[in-house]
Amino acid sequence: MKVSITINGSAQSHDVEPRTLLVHYIRDQAKLTGTNIGCDTSSCGACTVHLDGEAAKSCTILAAQADGGAVTTIEGLAINGEMHPMQKAFMENHGLQCGYCTPGMVMAAIGLLNENPKPTDEEVRLGLEGNLCRCTGYHNIVKSVLAAANK
Amino acid sequence: MIPAAFEYKRAGSAEEAINLIGQYGDEAKFLAGGHSLIPLMKLRLAQPTMLVDIGRVKDLSYIKDAGDHIAIGALTRHMDVEKSPVLSQHVPLLAHAAGYVGDAQVRHRGTIGGSIAHADPAGDIPATTLALGATYVVQGPNGKREIAAKDFYKGFLESALAADEMLVEIKVPKMNGAGWSFQKFNRRAVDWAIVGVAAWRNNGASGVALVNMGSTPVLASAVSSALAKGASVADAAAHAADDAEPQADLNASVEYRTHLAKVLVRRALEQASK
Repeated sequence: MKVSITINGSAQSHDVEPRTLLVHYIRDQAKLTGTNIGCDTSSCGACTVHLDGEAAKSCTILAAQADGGAVTTIEGLAINGEMHPMQKAFMENHGLQCGYCTPGMVMAAIGLLNENPKPTDEEVRLGLEGNLCRCTGYHNIVKSVLAAANK
Repeated sequence: MIPAAFEYKRAGSAEEAINLIGQYGDEAKFLAGGHSLIPLMKLRLAQPTMLVDIGRVKDLSYIKDAGDHIAIGALTRHMDVEKSPVLSQHVPLLAHAAGYVGDAQVRHRGTIGGSIAHADPAGDIPATTLALGATYVVQGPNGKREIAAKDFYKGFLESALAADEMLVEIKVPKMNGAGWSFQKFNRRAVDWAIVGVAAWRNNGASGVALVNMGSTPVLASAVSSALAKGASVADAAAHAADDAEPQADLNASVEYRTHLAKVLVRRALEQASK
């Protein structure tokens, strides 16, 4: 079947099987490999992207379900090479170690601030409960999100 | 992991969805948010050969004040239940419990009707709507019928829904100021409850239901009977597991689950009695 999804502002159409997951569509068809596959069971959040403006786990959504929708991935955040404030905050606050969870973490964090622009430390921790960092660098991730919220 | 191959059809209305599912029979499944079904399909625990996507039946996403109850469209997402001012005012227990489903990303996609139709005893929403005495409206080829939550859950992931019926609405009685509590005991954030409790109390009346204490969500009727007869919270909570047949798994033995149920029901009733 043919699905049309706008990814990072660019309208694309690709042939997929009904069982094609959105994360595979993004990585294999749209060739955007910034979105990682972690647990593949909607637990870890590494595959988090924005679907129609809201954070979602792309390993648990069919590309067919996103047909006609708009997806933003980590590659879509920078404008003219200028990093998104959340990306800058992660860089400045050492919000990443190995970096594997980072694309999903950044997308979830931006989604969180869209819904709650000035969260408390606790609200950040709760808001990011669907994203796991196996380096356990949570303190600096929270610090990064709070720094971005205060900019 | 990728699910086994299947065919996919998108329905624009409940009628179209029911018609489609009727054509394909037992091998077809409704797909709403997909956050229960797709994981099962990846693990080959479910292998439908046809998915009827009802995710775009937008007229089944609503929360309406209907007098003595709130009517919730089956395709209303957990996030919308959690943040609904109408539910916060009239059924705060349900709005609160919806905030415990998965995580923010999951709540953006998963739906109240999907959770209920999936009939997972470990789900937060089946037990919560059971405690609240909800009624589920289901639609089939010959029209609609209503099923009380207490008659809906038939076994592990089994419900009273016929293969060609679709859950379309959840009617939840207003709580009218009743005290309430939702207790969820788990070891890690976003895990399913090892045991959970949804409870409300209003003078002599009460409703208590248990998460993950058997093959279905469990109405703890013995607790409510004890309370109605004037038992103290502690005495009533001792009956927490009377109606349950908990099973052991990697997280908990039967004895531990039974113990947890009593402790959590006591805590829930203490909170609901304030």
